Amino acid sequence: MFALVDCNSFYASCERVFRPDLKDKPVVVLSNNDGCVVALSKEAKKLGIKMCDPWYQIESSYTKKGGYAFSSNYELYADISARIMTTLERLSPNIEIYSIDEAFLDLTGVNNCQNLQDFGMQCKETIKQWTGMPVRVGIAPTKTLSKIASYGAKYYPATQGVVDLSKPERQKKLLNLVPVQEVWGVGRKIHKRLNQIGIRTALDLAMIDTKYVRNNFNIVLAKTVRELRGEPCIGLEDQPSAKKQIVVSRTFSKRVDDLRTLEEAVSDYAARAAAKLRRENRRCLYVSVFIRTNPFRAQDRQYRNSGTTRLIAPTSDTRDIIQNAKKSLRAIYRSGFNYIKAGILLSDFYDDQIQQYDFFYSKERTLHSDQLMNTIDKINKKGLPPVYFLAQGIKRKWSMKREIQSPRYTTSWNDLPKVS
Amino acid sequence: MISEDQKRRVNLPLFNDKIAVGWPSPADDYVERSIDLNEYLVKNSAATYFLRAAGDSMINVGIHNDAILIVDRSIEPTDGKIVIASVDGSYTCKRLQLYPEPRLVAENIKYPPIKIDKKEDFEIIGVVLAAINQF
Repeated sequence: MFALVDCNSFYASCERVFRPDLKDKPVVVLSNNDGCVVALSKEAKKLGIKMCDPWYQIESSYTKKGGYAFSSNYELYADISARIMTTLERLSPNIEIYSIDEAFLDLTGVNNCQNLQDFGMQCKETIKQWTGMPVRVGIAPTKTLSKIASYGAKYYPATQGVVDLSKPERQKKLLNLVPVQEVWGVGRKIHKRLNQIGIRTALDLAMIDTKYVRNNFNIVLAKTVRELRGEPCIGLEDQPSAKKQIVVSRTFSKRVDDLRTLEEAVSDYAARAAAKLRRENRRCLYVSVFIRTNPFRAQDRQYRNSGTTRLIAPTSDTRDIIQNAKKSLRAIYRSGFNYIKAGILLSDFYDDQIQQYDFFYSKERTLHSDQLMNTIDKINKKGLPPVYFLAQGIKRKWSMKREIQSPRYTTSWNDLPKVS
Repeated sequence: MISEDQKRRVNLPLFNDKIAVGWPSPADDYVERSIDLNEYLVKNSAATYFLRAAGDSMINVGIHNDAILIVDRSIEPTDGKIVIASVDGSYTCKRLQLYPEPRLVAENIKYPPIKIDKKEDFEIIGVVLAAINQF
């Protein structure tokens, strides 16, 4: 038996945790550069706001109606997500963190000692009390059905956010109400083809012959069909292994065409990526850089490319990574294009306790390197204005607009919520 | 000339550190690790939030302006606990009194108690376990 615990409009709910005045008010969260809506509360939905609505189009009418908007605050979202996952780990021995706001629980054994509906309620209430976040819980014998249960918990308020689909009669009843494109694993292409053969609901899909599905679609969809019938085919994924690569990429606030500005941006991403690398206690051997123009501007000439440099020895020193990122960038940069996005990727990781020496290895350099990086990381952890490399630029006019970001309530001493 | 006695003499290295050479310190078994303030103050990290006090309404229990409050949302708010409550859309830190009638009491005579009226937008967020005042 599985449970899917899923947060209700996660980003928007996070914004409410420290703002009790926003309860029952419309809240939207905007994408990078405050471009478009990426999360919205149900009150905002009622005002007619939809996912991906461009902010500049809705801003004035939305705010006039009393709506609140926030730039994305990933520090806050990541912290709250971690709290929810830790809480779930206390409630169930076996969990799979599926995304920032969803986790599957393995309930093997739970049904022997507790009513599953009660267990779901307890999950929901504990998370609400401990973290302040509203969640819904879908319980079913397979992961795909638990997604269906969660859909039911979302769209039918009478469920109070918990749906137990352990009984086949209830499964059938709900499957008949769920449109086939809402089934986990049914993408847009497959949805179209299913519609052509008259499959409209999840129940229709559960009833087709698996042999037919395997021959005319694929084996993955055949698994989905079996899962919808209550036959478990997909287990909990093991804990994700240590990161194999680190990517930092951002869209610029405006188009950039000169190499100097690109170098500044790429150096800044390099410094962020290097800090992440050190947090994982890793060193990397390859530094790749990619740049691209904006494919949605048809009037612009288009260009995208990436370049990679191999370091002499694995490193986590920001200076080495910036230097090599710039080298990669210069190799791929072409003038006369309007660039809109750049990014950096670090790969081929080594444990930072194991140092491979090469012919030019100098003990002094590495020793001081670790000390210097350690010191920088320590200072930057304190929540004071950070220390950074000049290569990262000072004004950073290219950097993302996040003009209406909420404070970092849980990750910065200076931003703690005030209470009188 | 070197005497027999001198020949037999063994030179022991002298370390400048305060480490007992050859004989283990009897205290070694007891030195496990340094004490950790987090461990002392935070019982349930997933449910613990830090808030900053503003004002002097709780001065009599030693919560000064700008103190950091350690708030545990997983602890049941019982009578007499110092709590964080949301009242009319903002947070307040007060002592919870349930009898004879439920109200939030300040620890400063200047502030009158707040009656907990069910019609009001009211919710208890968590229990304050400690306050850190910095001088």
